[in-house]
Amino acid sequence: MLTTYLRLIWAYLQIGLFGFGGGYAMLSLIQRLVVGNDWCPTITSQTFTDIVAISQMTPGPIGINSATYIGYVATGSVLGSIVATFTVVLPPFVLMLCASHFIARHQESAVIKGSFMGLRPVVVGLIASAALLLMNKENFGSTSMEVIKSVAICLASLGTVYFTKIHPILVIIAAGIIGYLIF
Amino acid sequence: MFEKISVILHSVSQQMVMKLKDNIYLQLFSTFFKIGSFTFGGGWAMISIIQREIVDKHHWIEEEEFLDLLAIAQSMPGILAVNISTVIGDRLRGIKGSVAAALGTILPSFIIILMIAIFLTPDTIKNDPTLTAIFKGIRPAVVALIIAPVITTAKSAGINLKTVIIPIAVALLIYSGWPVISNPVVFIVLGALGGYLYFTHRHMEQRMEEKEC
Repeated sequence: MLTTYLRLIWAYLQIGLFGFGGGYAMLSLIQRLVVGNDWCPTITSQTFTDIVAISQMTPGPIGINSATYIGYVATGSVLGSIVATFTVVLPPFVLMLCASHFIARHQESAVIKGSFMGLRPVVVGLIASAALLLMNKENFGSTSMEVIKSVAICLASLGTVYFTKIHPILVIIAAGIIGYLIF
Repeated sequence: MFEKISVILHSVSQQMVMKLKDNIYLQLFSTFFKIGSFTFGGGWAMISIIQREIVDKHHWIEEEEFLDLLAIAQSMPGILAVNISTVIGDRLRGIKGSVAAALGTILPSFIIILMIAIFLTPDTIKNDPTLTAIFKGIRPAVVALIIAPVITTAKSAGINLKTVIIPIAVALLIYSGWPVISNPVVFIVLGALGGYLYFTHRHMEQRMEEKEC
């Protein structure tokens, strides 16, 4: 039992530390470190696809979702969930604090000022690439009817968020209701 | 007698409510709890909601600073949503603030997934036609929530006709999926390096002009 916990901690420490590039990039790492390993026979590749599907249907980052779910399934106890979630969050949390403090302290230096000046247009591009990558079959459907409905919802949501003061959370709720009515 | 007690209790409880409302840590926690509860589709989808809550509503940080914090969050390993909340919490109230913000982001997802793991089998959710239909509607809206901040952040980043090529090239190259060149880390390093070189170059030019005068 103890070894299961230690292996779980080791796996999620690595996932937290080396998980660059957002949730979907993290998935391959989770798959390699957790699925099909001898310490967690309950985690099969079927469990893994389940986690991905559930993550898409529930709020929250996929890294947290998978840690909570796999932690529970691998150990059979809530403690496993807590341990896995905590270990996936802790290393990047500490690194973030260090980076944030370092940057705040050297805010006036030419290196930091100049770097951020160059980073701002890049970040705009990163957000745009995230949007582009999500315009796929999983999010917009595969039949032409589905795609038309999805694009309509997307454009209506975009107009609402950009031109009105309506809260984005309300837009998500409204889109869910519309989806229920038209799909 | 009882009236007096009830009046005292009432004022005490009201004071406590006021104190709780003024508590910045609680505000940070509850704001990020709200954000975490509605973040479908990962950290990028949070940006619209964070902008509305942190920049527009609470005025905790400026739009331009938000962009810088986003750059830090993206260039560190780990879960983007947690990184964003950590750095915003830290900027506002130091380590305690970052703990409050990060916990707020993590808890909704933790509670929901734990409930599912304990009480439901994945198949019941996956094959539920109602849930499937609802999420077919939510997903395109989430994509819209990521497109909207592209336009707003482009404005606050001061993008003009000359510099607009940078975000477009970055987006298309990452989208291309080509090895090495589609890695976001490459562009973060190049962006920081290019910005630094441009900044020092301009600085030197200004000094030269001053000397000539």
